[in-house]
Amino acid sequence: MTDTGRPRRPRLDQQTATAWILVLPFAVLFLAFTAGPVLGSLGMSFTDMRQRDLRTPFAVNGVGFENYLKAFQDETFRKAAFNTAYFVVLGVPLTLVTALAAAVLLDRGVKRFQSLFKVGYYLPVVTSIVAIAVIWRFVLAPDSGLVNTVLGWVGIEGPNWLASETWAMPSLIAMAVWRNFGSAMIIFLAGLQGIPQTVEEAGQIDGAGSWQRFRYLILPLLRPTVLFTSVTTGIGYLQFFEEPFVMTQGGPLNSTISVSMYTYNQFGFGNYGLATSMAYILFVVIAVITFIQFRLLREK
Amino acid sequence: MRRTWWIYLIGVLGLVAVAAPFAWMVLGSFKTQGELLRVPPTWWPEQPTGQNYADLFSKANFPRYFLNSTLVALAVTAGNLTFCSMIGYALAKLRFKGRNALFVLVMATLMIPGMVTFVPLFVLVTNAGMANSYPGLILPFLVSPFGVFLMRQFFSGLPDDLMDAGRVDGSSELGIFARIMLPLTRPALATLGILTFLGSWNNFLWPLVIAQTENMYTLPVALALYSKGQNAQNFGLLMAGAVVVVVPVLVMFLVFQRHVTKGIAITGIK
Repeated sequence: MTDTGRPRRPRLDQQTATAWILVLPFAVLFLAFTAGPVLGSLGMSFTDMRQRDLRTPFAVNGVGFENYLKAFQDETFRKAAFNTAYFVVLGVPLTLVTALAAAVLLDRGVKRFQSLFKVGYYLPVVTSIVAIAVIWRFVLAPDSGLVNTVLGWVGIEGPNWLASETWAMPSLIAMAVWRNFGSAMIIFLAGLQGIPQTVEEAGQIDGAGSWQRFRYLILPLLRPTVLFTSVTTGIGYLQFFEEPFVMTQGGPLNSTISVSMYTYNQFGFGNYGLATSMAYILFVVIAVITFIQFRLLREK
Repeated sequence: MRRTWWIYLIGVLGLVAVAAPFAWMVLGSFKTQGELLRVPPTWWPEQPTGQNYADLFSKANFPRYFLNSTLVALAVTAGNLTFCSMIGYALAKLRFKGRNALFVLVMATLMIPGMVTFVPLFVLVTNAGMANSYPGLILPFLVSPFGVFLMRQFFSGLPDDLMDAGRVDGSSELGIFARIMLPLTRPALATLGILTFLGSWNNFLWPLVIAQTENMYTLPVALALYSKGQNAQNFGLLMAGAVVVVVPVLVMFLVFQRHVTKGIAITGIK
């Protein structure tokens, strides 16, 4: 390496120069369209910016924390926050349990055609939530829908799911579980396949039943995977938007309006400052919950 | 042996549950409006009709939305492949000041909701005269933190010896990147390409705000707005529209599925 006698520094300088050439296009786009707007949004949330200020975004007045106060005092926003919590608290565990069950089923039981099942369960994940929501509106239709027809076979008269204050939200959660469990399943499956066979065998020798082996041997080893999937699923669910936008418009009686959807509505009303403050509240909640999940689930 | 058949039975029931809404969509798209409203519903279309698909052309402009979605997704994919592989290589393999800070900064934006940035982004793009245009739809998505992460991870796994060999041969640093290292990342590029395309195709919030006239709608925007407006009760049209949105990505996924699931495993576990 040293026989050319070339000094080391110029090569490093060339590396630095090359690095910046390679970074530059990204840096420009990232600053303009991500980092800039993140800060801009924070700034905007402390102003009274409205739609009429669109062309003169710097000629607005600072209002301190007024938007944040307004948001917290707004009954619909509080309702939206409650709905979002409902969606996440019920939706994330259901999604993860379904995903884990499917992963165990495929890992332990389904050896032949495994990839067929894997691909099948994953299919909804790649499809547009908007299209899924449109389809599910028909699947959940009161009289001519698929779900109530199937329930009718066993003598149950299904409600008008999306028009019911009680059932609209559970319907959206069921749809979210149906659409998203495949994603966590793939990760659980990779996690399960990374656990050596000897772990199970050791448990068998010690006389542990299959549920005990799963609960006390396999599940603890999946901890990092559970952490990852709960964080990513949680971040996604906290932002749910398309589902109520397409299926219920937030109704009936705001029973399915989400923080994201209400933020979007405020933007639509022209209340830019208020909308950004709501978005920032959501952002802070996401950051805090993610942090807590890391603390609770990280390896001890 | 007895254990396996009921495991397969559960598995198949799961598949049926996953597939049923899609089947309902496809069957519904060939039914007449009258048949769609019938109680109890019919399974197989009694008088299969192509009218719903014809309506996508005559009552709405779905070919145009399809074109918009395709153009935007292709441009966004090309941008991510180019720019994310460039910076991913720099972050993984080149020594320069601020490298770690840059990486941390980019990763910190991974969990920022689209809701946080879209209002100032809307103001910026509008004032730049790019509202309701292809640049307005495309530019904000040309790079993604996820793409940077994926490419950096993949480049990190390649041996440094290859770069040293290039240096001994007198290649420039850029030449080493473009001619030696980049071709080795083809699997990662395939994963990033397909995931970016799918993400762009399904993207909703931003096109919803920035596409203001019908000729700039992407497919999800058009479908969502048709499902609320005067066509809200035109179930056949909506089902056919959903087919047009969903089927291309399903086909694409089935063709490239190995890259998708591999990418999720790579980025998920590491």
